[in-house]
Amino acid sequence: MPKFEHIKKILVIGSGPIIIGQAAEFDYAGAQACLALKEEGIEVVLVNNNPATIMTDEEVADKIYMEPLTVASLEAIIAKERPDGILPTLGGQTGLNLAVELADAGIIERYNVRLLGTPLDTIKKGEDREEFKRMMIEIGEPVPESKTVNTVQEALDFAEEIDYPVIVRPAYTLGGYGGGIAGDAAELQEVAKRGIAASPIEQILIERSVKGWKEIEYEVMRDSNDTCIIVCNMENLDPVGVHTGDSIVVAPSQTLTDRQYQMLRSVSTKVIRALGVVGGCNIQIALDPYSEQYYLIEVNPRVSRSSALASKATGYPIARISAKLAIGYHLDEVVNPITGYTYASFEPAIDYIVTKIPRWPFDKFPQANRSLGTQMKATGEVMSLDRNFEASLLKGIRSLEIGVHHLQLELNLTDEELAEGIVEATDTRIFLVAEAMRRGMTVEQIHAKTEIDPFFLYSIEKIVQIEKQLASYSWATVPEELLKEAKLRGFADVTLKEMYQISLDDVRNRWKQLGWAPSYKLVDTCAAEFVAATPYYYSTWQGRDEVKVSEGKKKVLVLGSGPIRIGQGIEFDYCSVHAAKSLKRLGIEAVVINNNPETVSTDFNTADQLYFEPLALEDVLNVVEKEQVDGVMVQFGGQTAVNLADPLSQMGVQIYGTSVSSIDMVEDRDLFYQLLKKLDIPHIPGISVNSEQEAINAAVKLEYPVLVRPSYVIGGRGMVVLNNTEELVSYLQETTFSFPLLVDKYISGMEVEVDAICDGEQVLVPGIFQHVERAGVHSGDSMAIFPAPSLNELQKATITRYTEDIAREIKAKGLINIQLVIAGERIYVLEVNPRASRTVPIISKITGVPMVELAVKAQLGQKLESTGLLADIPFFAVKGPVFSTVKLSGVDPALGPEMKSTGEVIGLSYQIQTALGKALHWKEGICQPLETGDALFISLSDGAKEEMKGKLSALSGLKILATPGTAAYLQQHGLAVEAVLTKAAQVKEWHQTTEIKAILNTPTVGNKQGRFGFELRQVAVQLNIPCFTSLDTFQSYLQVKAGNVSDPLDLNVYLQQKERVQI
Amino acid sequence: MKGYIVLSTGDIFEGELFGDQRGCSGELVFNTGMTGYQEVLTDPSYAGQIVTFTYPLIGNYGVNMLDDESIRPVCTGLVVGNLCQTPSHYQSNNTLSEIAEQYGLSGIAGVDTRAITHIIREHGLVFGKITTDPSELVPTKPATGQVAAVSTKTKTKHSGEGPHIVMFDFGYKKSILTALLDKGCAVTVVPYNTNFKEVAELNPDGIMLTNGPGDPKEMLPHLPELKKIIEAYPTFAICLGHQIVALAYGADTDRLPYGHRGSNHPVKNLKTGKVYMTSQNHGYMVKESSINTKYLEVSYINVNDKSVEGLTHRYLPISTVQFHPEAHPGPSDTDPLFTEFIQQCQAIGEKNYA
Ligand SMILES: Nc1ncnc2c1ncn2[C@@H]1O[C@H](COP(=O)(O)OP(=O)(O)O)[C@@H](O)[C@H]1O
Ligand SMILES: Nc1ncnc2c1ncn2[C@@H]1O[C@H](COP(=O)(O)OP(=O)(O)O)[C@@H](O)[C@H]1O
Ligand SMILES: [Mg+2]
Ligand SMILES: [Mg+2]
Repeated sequence: MPKFEHIKKILVIGSGPIIIGQAAEFDYAGAQACLALKEEGIEVVLVNNNPATIMTDEEVADKIYMEPLTVASLEAIIAKERPDGILPTLGGQTGLNLAVELADAGIIERYNVRLLGTPLDTIKKGEDREEFKRMMIEIGEPVPESKTVNTVQEALDFAEEIDYPVIVRPAYTLGGYGGGIAGDAAELQEVAKRGIAASPIEQILIERSVKGWKEIEYEVMRDSNDTCIIVCNMENLDPVGVHTGDSIVVAPSQTLTDRQYQMLRSVSTKVIRALGVVGGCNIQIALDPYSEQYYLIEVNPRVSRSSALASKATGYPIARISAKLAIGYHLDEVVNPITGYTYASFEPAIDYIVTKIPRWPFDKFPQANRSLGTQMKATGEVMSLDRNFEASLLKGIRSLEIGVHHLQLELNLTDEELAEGIVEATDTRIFLVAEAMRRGMTVEQIHAKTEIDPFFLYSIEKIVQIEKQLASYSWATVPEELLKEAKLRGFADVTLKEMYQISLDDVRNRWKQLGWAPSYKLVDTCAAEFVAATPYYYSTWQGRDEVKVSEGKKKVLVLGSGPIRIGQGIEFDYCSVHAAKSLKRLGIEAVVINNNPETVSTDFNTADQLYFEPLALEDVLNVVEKEQVDGVMVQFGGQTAVNLADPLSQMGVQIYGTSVSSIDMVEDRDLFYQLLKKLDIPHIPGISVNSEQEAINAAVKLEYPVLVRPSYVIGGRGMVVLNNTEELVSYLQETTFSFPLLVDKYISGMEVEVDAICDGEQVLVPGIFQHVERAGVHSGDSMAIFPAPSLNELQKATITRYTEDIAREIKAKGLINIQLVIAGERIYVLEVNPRASRTVPIISKITGVPMVELAVKAQLGQKLESTGLLADIPFFAVKGPVFSTVKLSGVDPALGPEMKSTGEVIGLSYQIQTALGKALHWKEGICQPLETGDALFISLSDGAKEEMKGKLSALSGLKILATPGTAAYLQQHGLAVEAVLTKAAQVKEWHQTTEIKAILNTPTVGNKQGRFGFELRQVAVQLNIPCFTSLDTFQSYLQVKAGNVSDPLDLNVYLQQKERVQI
Repeated sequence: MKGYIVLSTGDIFEGELFGDQRGCSGELVFNTGMTGYQEVLTDPSYAGQIVTFTYPLIGNYGVNMLDDESIRPVCTGLVVGNLCQTPSHYQSNNTLSEIAEQYGLSGIAGVDTRAITHIIREHGLVFGKITTDPSELVPTKPATGQVAAVSTKTKTKHSGEGPHIVMFDFGYKKSILTALLDKGCAVTVVPYNTNFKEVAELNPDGIMLTNGPGDPKEMLPHLPELKKIIEAYPTFAICLGHQIVALAYGADTDRLPYGHRGSNHPVKNLKTGKVYMTSQNHGYMVKESSINTKYLEVSYINVNDKSVEGLTHRYLPISTVQFHPEAHPGPSDTDPLFTEFIQQCQAIGEKNYA
């Protein structure tokens, strides 16, 4: 059937900011789907307030509203645009929930918008577990029996009914905290009690546990003609019990017979038909390893993280095709662009093994609980492909960028600890398993403890055996067959280098002598059955090379940024994608390497040549040699890529843009300070110390407060602000970092951030971001306003001059990011990043300056046309951080110099307050503005009390709760206090009766568990009460007036305004 | 032991031999299924052929008692990427290489099966030889007389309450028999060359023409007899059976460039417009242009290459499919076709009595 002719304009709801469980995959899916709609001549109106995405780029949609994802703002947009249809299944849970709320509010009907794709009741059935289970029982498909209960007795009674073991899932706890599995009544007594206590609403779900069963996923497509196909199935290496998002996942399934594969295939198509899904759907199934029995775990009737993975794993663009189905096409009418020959009704056949490994934020959060369970904790993931599982796994490990390149971690564990350690799933279990084998534990023993299928364990055993064989030789004596086998199974050159204490050159030269090199093969959806039109590539050491490289044409390699992690998010994918596109526009062949399956940069049509490979030196070198590229661009792939600049150039690879020595000049602290001295730009006084005593002396010399950080990096991990010797000493006792440490003077002042483009001489500064929070809160975690509202001309001039001086001095070519702090008359430079930054996508969008394109041109030697600081835009953009603390138990949400946020939103308006409001209240149910009579809980440190003086009037008319000290202080200053609370628990109780609208809590010493403040903040996160830990943020929150919403404008309107102003 | 697979195109791949070390030769074909190697290697349609699996890990779940499509492996040889010697599955009784040894099946592992697939895709008809001596020549004569070789020599009756189906064994997959028996039929399996009189004596309610190996035109001598039979009883024909029916009504068959072998082939029902995922295994096809539309009409086509996937007789209860509704390996989307056939047999059976 051809497409619906009456649908001319479609509203697409995006997924908003990146949070754990809802990451870049929705940018990839959303962007792809919007383009698929546009090419049908449909006008696409997009609502998404995530400014770092490709999805919100001008070429992706006709109209882009970077507006809050609330019913109010959506209604306003619908009223204004009057779309014919609305497509919510691309926006993850956020998009779906919003669609449901819009429908419930009667808005969809009132404006008679047609809901496209999967029908609404299906969405409800899919997302609402109770309804889903009821329906499965109706169609005779098994689901684990479950019941929500509020008392231990109820739990025990129900468990008796369904029999043990049962899994306990507390409602609304952090990272599934307080849940667990009970094998008998005695255990359930315990677990249930704990769970109920942990749950803010004292409610738990009791469910038959199928922990340890095989967790299998199917990605299904269905069209309105009831045709169903499987895009691919996937098997979780970690059995049921570990969230699929936290499991190592392989595609296709490895341990299912065809009978089982087809059985579950039929179940999947039966379920998706019963649901009436139109488009893509993800189905999770638990299969008993010892029988044909199975249970359905859940369905996601929309594109998802798994569908992104399935798309990249097979080359079947699920989102694109879902969009086509949503406007009426049938699967047998849509061509798969990868082959350009087969239709979307062809089930992909793959001829390699895909491994997905999650990337967890525990390196940033040492305090966090690392155990993996039913709640997802990973921020991102890597995907690797090869012709055998061992190589696929090892490549995946190498792609993680966690400082290891092999299935080997520095562990000092006794055999006992090790044997214990592998029982519970954690981010490091796979490494422990390998170590256990090294120490002689058998596959059977490990299987008994982990329930990981022996198939996977045998593969790990094979890796360990190869290690052992290699170790029995020297580099001189090791036989070729063995080396060949090691490479075939994915061993890294670096692993051999370390094993034999030789140089990487030695290793690579030996390959050259032997005439060995990796072969590259195609991802083509059809296992080579048909010719492929736009395939992408992966390397293997088994077999022939298939990839023809073009000759004569100029070629540039753009390094991607790997898995999404805190501090290196989707913004760098945005930059990589734009770099590739700019190169193409310049008639240069764009080669891209990345390993993140969630992103647009790994979409089949972004680069000319896409290599799905680890971003490790050797893998990059291999592609450089294979493609014979003219050079590499490292500025766009975040720190991942920048860190490769030096080793690559040492291997004789040409690096475009800012030279390696210049990069060093700003990243090596001593060189950096010399640079600033030379340019006589104030820098932070700091002293490097080697002992506790030295540290104390330094702090006294510099005067508290001081900021302490490990020396080997500027910024980065482990930074704290300390106010006195007591805090310093306790920090030194707790810190995991060893001396030397750096003690910096903590400069309290306004922080500003600049992104500039430089061509080696001239510098263009599109604008300056001003942080709401004073320095001390990581730039990634602070709210920031553009253009900077409270800078005077002199300050702007100085900042611009500093930027120009630094850029010129280091002969920067391309992008440069500078963070400064303004203290009185002086402006200090905190940090210079010789690369793209978090703010580049935002500034590019709101100023209309194509920063990445200009940076690419600059790196290729073109000169900038316009230079200097550009005129302010006539509207305000506020960037607001978004945190995922709710998924991570043990993590303190208090703001500090260490970045904690996972994503960001933007608020646009002609008034600052309104823009702030949009950035704070960015989503339904989050951070509503205060209204008279609202309850507010306050607990201030002494310093904060001082500051609040004179600003207290703003609190009048609010119902105030406070801790004793704060209460006394407020009363002194003539404010009525409703109640004095001393325990976090009391806040819970209060909240049950009178909703607490917000909490203001300025930490005394951050990140200290067990303290009242820490618990208070945990409760706040649990109960989803906005908790302000910085007075600055709180002040702006107070400025936001309820009901003060400007009418939503599409980005172009703002930009056109700008041009008018400039003329 | 180290060995080679030598191709008629001159390409040589080195690998490790498994199973019967003496090697073998035959037409080289590829199967794109990601599961189902046990069903494939026991599928009689592969008689005389060396099967290359495009999926690189073979043997992961071992070999079990349930999934044989005939009593023993039938294909001539196996070419695999990585042979799994440590399978993991609760039903597994043997490793693949144990089975290969036990039944004298020659295989070679550690080969770039994607490269071989590529070569077959480009050259079409390719022959291969699994051997220890790469200098040996590759015989390039297609195997003939395969049907006679694999077909049963005797009649075997399987009882059941439902209609009585006489099934012509051109090299049938066990799953076709199972599909009929599971749906209550009584089935008599008969040799491929059984004549009308013998069939009539069995007084069947319906006829099933099964899949089988080789060039359908080898069956030409038997067509007149077979035509008499299928015109006398409701008939359902699969794969080679489908080609035979087409030939019987004057159509022509031809070689596909490089066959359809896998579990992911979409076919479209031209009446309903519905699309189904099917399991396929055929190197020949019915030429659409040659079909005598006075008698036959096309019921299914392949969504990708638009080739003929099924036929129905305009007046008589004869229907055929090129694909494999019995699945194993592959999806069972089209299993209802058996039920339709059985209902047809019943309906007509009743008419005859009335
Ligand atoms: N009954 C159960 N017993 C044991 N583990 C379970 C059970 N149900 C779900 N799980 C585990 O919890 C994970 C998350 O559950 P799921 O229902 O998929 O929630 P989400 O919507 O977060 O994906 C699953 O991937 C599975 O590993
Ligand atoms: N000396 C200092 N005084 C005050 N704040 C500081 C100081 N040094 C760093 N900060 C704060 O810490 C944050 C992170 O420091 P930075 O050097 O930028 O590390 P990163 O490389 O992680 O961005 C900065 O954004 C700033 O708010
Ligand atoms: Mg799930
Ligand atoms: Mg910084």
